[in-house]
Amino acid sequence: MNAPIIYTVVTLVAIGTTAAVILYVVARKFMVYEDPRIDTVERALPGANCGGCGYAGCRAFAETCVKENNLEKLFCPVGGNEGMEEVAKILGLEAVKKDPRVAVVRCNGTCEYRPKINRYDGVMTCAIVSSVYSGETGCQYGCLGCGDCCVVCNFDAVHMNPVTGLPEVTDEKCTACGACVTACPKNLIELRKKNARERKIYVACRNEEKGGIARKACKVACIGCGKCFDVCAYDAITIGNNLAFIDSDKCKLCRKCVAVCPTDAIIEVGFPPRKIQSETAETSQVN
Amino acid sequence: MNKLLTISPSPHQHTDDSVRKIMYRVLLALVPALIWSVIYFGMDAVRVTLLAVLSCVAFEYLIQRFVMKVQTTVTDGSAALTGLLLAFNVPSNLPWWIILMGSFFAIAIAKLSFGGLGGNIFNPALVGRVFLLISFPAQMTTWPVSRMAETDAVTAATPLGILKGGVLSGRPLQELSGNLPGIDNLLLGNMGGSLGEISAALLILGGIYLLWKKIITWQIPVSILLTMAVYAGIFWLINPEKYIDPLFHILAGGAILGAIYMATDMVTSPMTGKAQLIYGIGIGIITMTIRLFGAYPEGVSFAILIMNGFTPLLNSMIKPKRFGGKQP
Amino acid sequence: MLKTFKLGGVHPPENKLSADSEIVELPLSPTVFIPVGQHIGAPATAVVKKGDQVKTGQLIARSSGFVSANVHSSVSGTVTKVDLVPDSGGYPRVGVVIKVEGDDWDDQIDTSPDLKSEISLTGPEIIEKIKEAGIVGMGGATFPTHVKLVPPRGMKFEMLLINGVECEPFLTSDNRLMIEKSDEIVVGTRLLMKAMGVDKAFIGIENNKPEAIRKMEKAVNGISGISVVPLKVKYPQGGEKQLIKAVTGREVSSGALPVSVGCLVSNVGSAFAVYEAVQKNKPLFERVVTVTGKSLRNPSNVKVRIGTPVSDLILFAGGVPEDTGKIISGGPMMGKALATSDVPVTKGTSGIVLIPEKQAARKPQLACIRCSRCTNACPMGLEPFLLMTLSENSLWERLEKEMVLDCIECGSCSFSCPASRPLLDYIRYAKAKVGQLVRSRKH
Ligand code: SF4
Ligand code: SF4
Repeated sequence: MNAPIIYTVVTLVAIGTTAAVILYVVARKFMVYEDPRIDTVERALPGANCGGCGYAGCRAFAETCVKENNLEKLFCPVGGNEGMEEVAKILGLEAVKKDPRVAVVRCNGTCEYRPKINRYDGVMTCAIVSSVYSGETGCQYGCLGCGDCCVVCNFDAVHMNPVTGLPEVTDEKCTACGACVTACPKNLIELRKKNARERKIYVACRNEEKGGIARKACKVACIGCGKCFDVCAYDAITIGNNLAFIDSDKCKLCRKCVAVCPTDAIIEVGFPPRKIQSETAETSQVN
Repeated sequence: MNKLLTISPSPHQHTDDSVRKIMYRVLLALVPALIWSVIYFGMDAVRVTLLAVLSCVAFEYLIQRFVMKVQTTVTDGSAALTGLLLAFNVPSNLPWWIILMGSFFAIAIAKLSFGGLGGNIFNPALVGRVFLLISFPAQMTTWPVSRMAETDAVTAATPLGILKGGVLSGRPLQELSGNLPGIDNLLLGNMGGSLGEISAALLILGGIYLLWKKIITWQIPVSILLTMAVYAGIFWLINPEKYIDPLFHILAGGAILGAIYMATDMVTSPMTGKAQLIYGIGIGIITMTIRLFGAYPEGVSFAILIMNGFTPLLNSMIKPKRFGGKQP
Repeated sequence: MLKTFKLGGVHPPENKLSADSEIVELPLSPTVFIPVGQHIGAPATAVVKKGDQVKTGQLIARSSGFVSANVHSSVSGTVTKVDLVPDSGGYPRVGVVIKVEGDDWDDQIDTSPDLKSEISLTGPEIIEKIKEAGIVGMGGATFPTHVKLVPPRGMKFEMLLINGVECEPFLTSDNRLMIEKSDEIVVGTRLLMKAMGVDKAFIGIENNKPEAIRKMEKAVNGISGISVVPLKVKYPQGGEKQLIKAVTGREVSSGALPVSVGCLVSNVGSAFAVYEAVQKNKPLFERVVTVTGKSLRNPSNVKVRIGTPVSDLILFAGGVPEDTGKIISGGPMMGKALATSDVPVTKGTSGIVLIPEKQAARKPQLACIRCSRCTNACPMGLEPFLLMTLSENSLWERLEKEMVLDCIECGSCSFSCPASRPLLDYIRYAKAKVGQLVRSRKH
């Protein structure tokens, strides 16, 4: 009566052994040699797979780092300088240091400042809205408010403020991977230098229209008057296309430009209240 | 003008049809057959139907509301339709707790766990039914007698059951034919069976309505029934002693109900006409194979579920004919 | 059996409210705004400047490239500025603003009403005239006609198709034009045939326009080579590829031009404009526009000068009704919703449709129930439900393989979806993305 059991066991063992042998041979034959350092580098990376480095995920970045044997053009914004330092140590290379950056939304066209002139009824993604027309307000450069930037953020750092209808970046969470920068069809988001205490000064407007038209569409639009340009002692401000731009690498955070802007288009964040409090400074504070 | 104009991408006009309308039309198409069932089986049919429909709707609502925490979709009528189809597929004397289990299985497992309406791969009502058939074979195959029958018996057999039993015990067909209902009775629905499958004529009537409203296509029902007829016909011609004629196979059991209402479920059937033909032929072949050679007397539910599994494959393999003749 | 195209198609309610109202001329507006880019291709370059006096029909912007078209003044008066003004999409475009003073037509234009049917020019001369007059496809596509008339090297035309289908609901401008100007359209057709070097032409008209068919049949009577083809009503029969299929049975393959099957399609409005340009020396500066809507007081067909604000048109037809929720430039299936009625009428404006608020709103989007109605409705044999899902997931390569670029944006899919899915919104976006991808690959 034991015969069936024995047969079964024998057959199964035979099948198992054959399969094992085949698997082993195949695995041997088709094995690809991989540099073990790739794994080490990958482990040193944050593992966010956000694509902020410009490669398809952390593994691809690690592969490139090993292959290139040169870190000059490679940078992982999420890991930052420390992360790159570690990668450099593993590979025995030199890492380039970069200033930490943070995403900034350059539009302050809240519902209050920028009245709606029509109502959109369709798919709520900025990409599609912008392919249909210029947006619900008179400003064709401003935020569309559908939150594509929030969707693409891997780090939960961008959120829509339901009151203003504008996205807000949480600085501690932002890794400057740049996903939102590419996602925004209006090119509103910029990666700017991260300053101490989350301080920043920037022109929260991208409207290239002439002053009058821009003002009509939005009360806090930059009209390109050039007053800020005149007061800036550090050459940080440029004016072009009826629009001012502050270079965050040159800006010394002196706040002079904020005070002179006639439309409150320049925004300061993270500063203590001014000694002589002027109306303008107060209203231009975000949040 | 102080009102804001609406902007949206074209087109600016849309059909009046909606998912809800489609579901309610299918429900409407099933009403004549339901009325006949009530006449035939009495208040038991009402009890089973109401219980199944209400429990399906309730399960869907409760699960979506409290478990999944999403907007509930009970008003679109799809849960009610699942309930009705489930009821149509069970004996009218089924105990209430079995029905509840069937509804739960259909809604929770077969529908909502796949993502709700549109996401399910298998027809929920059929999944519910097959689950019950496997779990409670005795209850699911004890058919009540008609209210109108003049016998003392409490259970009746389905024509296919009689046939299968007879064939299995090796009796020739002639001996059985006395017990089998004639074509007229099959059409009318004067036979034993599940609650809703008995009246072929009324089911076909509803089917014509659905065809007219463009809710089902001719491809699926026609290909199923034709395949069954051809399959059964071949065996009948070879040995009429042993195999019964094709018309009997089409009219008896759940073939009509399955072909018109279950296999045509939009979500689980293929999209293009050609794929639908293949799908229908597959169902026909599997059904007849089970009926003639399998252990169960009836095979439509299994056949449909099996072909449901092939639907995604059919959809990705058979593309509609492109304009200009270049296929992807 | 009437002819029609085979694949897909839908039957939106026709609503041709203004089918019986004769074409009337709109009084001149105090100012007009004429965009220099009213066509597909490079915008024309303005040749007038602030302060210039212009006459009606005078050239104000010259074609600036191979695919481009001249623009003429539609009124006489003073140019007040050449500046950016928002277009129907809200984006600023260059345009010429003219203050209207009287109506002084250019002397070259033959203003007599009589029909001039003998053709004295040669083919190339006709094309030159058409180019001078700035004629573009007036069904809405606005592709410059003179470019279309010269086949790419190695290809030859065999026949001309005149598009009198007007399959869009509500619109009736082509219908009225065919009824009132049938002889002129036939002369225009003959001119186009001569320019193309063909001796066959078909005028396709859907049979919901019996009067137009009758009038056109009478007009072509005795003229060899031209025949009227009544077609079964089905949207989007006015699509170029669909019309060719319906009339000739030929299918233009994916990515190819109609000339690959020897055809050229021209709108009846363009044929009429060709007649006026060649025989009467009158450039394209006015067109017939249907102003319509269920609650509009008098839906009408109006002959208007290019550049007239849409608001003046609506005012003429009884003013904006209280319940208006949407103003569409073009038909309700393919037209564009306007953010304001201050935009000008352009060469491609076939109609202005006012839609009540109740119908303007979209229904909430549900999950796809795979009913295959979109697939069955698509005249190009695509699978819109699949394209939408792929587009949502940004799978551009897959989309290219699924031939998303073949979509003609007819909207039949979105129209027919019972789950109110915004199929075309996603498909249109995918087309743009895939187009970018294909172009970047070429470079
Ligand atoms: S819009 Fe495009 S995908 Fe939709 S039906 Fe028309 S051609 Fe097909
Ligand atoms: S019409 Fe709508 S519901 Fe039907 S298959 Fe297409 S997308 Fe899905």
